[in-house]
Amino acid sequence: MSVYLLRRLIQAVGVVLAMSLIVFIGVFAIGDPVEILISPDADQMERERAIKALGLDLPLWQQYAIFLGKALQGDLGRSFVFNEPALTLILQRMPATLELAFAATFGAILIGLPLGLYAGLRPNSVGSKAIMAGSILGFSLPTFWVGLMLIMVFAVQLGWLPSTGRGETVTILGMRWSFLTADGISHLIMPALNLALFKISLVIRLTRAGVRETMLMDYVKFARAKGLSPFRVTFVHVFKNILIPVVTVTGLEFGSTIAFSVVTESIFAWPGMGKLIIDSINVLDRPVIVAYLMIVVLMFITINLIVDLTYSVLDPRVRLEGK
Amino acid sequence: MSAVVGTPPVAPAKDPAKDKVETPFQRFVSEFAESKLALFGLAVFTVIALVAILAPWISPQNPYDLAVLDIMDGRLEPGSRNGDDTMTFWLGTDDQGRDMLSGIMYGLRISLTVGAGSAFIACMVGASLGLLAAYAGGKTDSAIMRVVDLQLSFPSILVALMILAFLGKSITNVVIAIVVVEWAYYARTVRGTALVERRREYIEAAECLALPKRRILFGHLLPNCLPPLIVIGTMQVARAIALEATLSFLGLGVPITEPSLGLLIANGYEYMLSGKYWISFYPGIALLVTIVSINLVGDQLRDVLNPRLKK
Repeated sequence: MSVYLLRRLIQAVGVVLAMSLIVFIGVFAIGDPVEILISPDADQMERERAIKALGLDLPLWQQYAIFLGKALQGDLGRSFVFNEPALTLILQRMPATLELAFAATFGAILIGLPLGLYAGLRPNSVGSKAIMAGSILGFSLPTFWVGLMLIMVFAVQLGWLPSTGRGETVTILGMRWSFLTADGISHLIMPALNLALFKISLVIRLTRAGVRETMLMDYVKFARAKGLSPFRVTFVHVFKNILIPVVTVTGLEFGSTIAFSVVTESIFAWPGMGKLIIDSINVLDRPVIVAYLMIVVLMFITINLIVDLTYSVLDPRVRLEGK
Repeated sequence: MSAVVGTPPVAPAKDPAKDKVETPFQRFVSEFAESKLALFGLAVFTVIALVAILAPWISPQNPYDLAVLDIMDGRLEPGSRNGDDTMTFWLGTDDQGRDMLSGIMYGLRISLTVGAGSAFIACMVGASLGLLAAYAGGKTDSAIMRVVDLQLSFPSILVALMILAFLGKSITNVVIAIVVVEWAYYARTVRGTALVERRREYIEAAECLALPKRRILFGHLLPNCLPPLIVIGTMQVARAIALEATLSFLGLGVPITEPSLGLLIANGYEYMLSGKYWISFYPGIALLVTIVSINLVGDQLRDVLNPRLKK
């Protein structure tokens, strides 16, 4: 186990390094940092002094080493726009994004599981067909357009829910959270639903497929033959077994939920890091772009690592194969 | 509309003699036509494609000819007449007084071109690398597949954002971003099929004839990997269109002078809160119908072209 763990850790570090190289080359080498960092009014002398001070005259690999060294100390540069350390900016906005992503993930399970269960138990009913058609729509509808439609119906036409911002927040552990106030929750519902849409469809499909497969298993037949109530068969024998893949896939999707929150945050003006990155790309605030990419890549690799390790704990075959 | 689908070939009659005359293509067409929903999707998509191609000739107005626009016609409701009472804006107008119907027709052109174009380039790149990986094996294979795995573990939007952050905003860079996002799917699919196909006798025969590698890869191996490639390709066109729309909506995609559907939707966003829904709503419907119709066709193609699903 420890050998496997070590191997996976080394791999993960390798991927982080590879991604940092890609981001560094992408942001610093393709664009011309001199153009952005130095005022266009500066004369030749000033320019050269600034280039020296910023280390831009060094060979690329040395610049990368400096970048990496600073990154390890948590220094990813200062934002040109906010004049604050880029990392601080991102970390300040991270709780909002995490809150949204968690709300969306729980929402997806809360809505998707019962619907999928129903569609799996009664595959030929009209309701199931409607659910499945709905899940196809959930896959094909562009997220941003659904977000707009939600705003149009619930905020503009019906006036039930607010369309922008986080609403009232409560500060816990130095971070602001919306889900603890009624106003905050009303602000959270639409963005979370919007972000959850794709995942709801996914959970419905996984659950339905799982239920249909499990219903044919001998142990389910036996449980029924034993005379157990349909309720007990469904919720104890079937449900428990389909829960594992559903929860795993939803967990695995958490990373992409964070990435896709870029779209949802832009629509609902949710003050998370997704909205920050879009604004930063638009004004070419490179340190913030770099900080965002590095943090998201790091989160991704951590999530993948955790999922892989959980698998290896649950399924010994993975471990053995790795040797 | 149904003429586009082509006259269905002689229905597979019970008569076995007739079945023998049926060419593989005819069989493919008749199997495809078994699903009414897929036929409907194909018909709808054909109409959409025709509208996009013919937009300059059939649209009520050229929405980018400033001479015909009148700012006084701005933000009119669907069905309003213009100031001179010469035309009706069936889907309303945007803030510049552009007819939304014409805007959507021109927007479709850009969305479809970018979507289909980038999916096609991604297909070329991905299929070539996938073929190479399967045929060369060994280190080449594991190097290519490692990149594929790495890339598929990151969500498409993140990869696209990364590319656009590096290269800046432009229509070419959107195409590059979509190609970088999508090539891996093609590579993986083609490699999977090609690994099976390359052990077949006809490849062995071609190798015995000492044919050049390029000819074996593209002349012998590739045609036999086409069915799954077509299925993936169809689905990826829909994904490319959706991704382009999303990027344009975020303001990172096509420039204002060439608005795709995504940008049209973004333009209407600010007016949505004041109840002027049509500026965003109708381009969205056009986008939705396009994506769903392509997916319907793709679904049926997958069923028809997948030998495993056949008895």
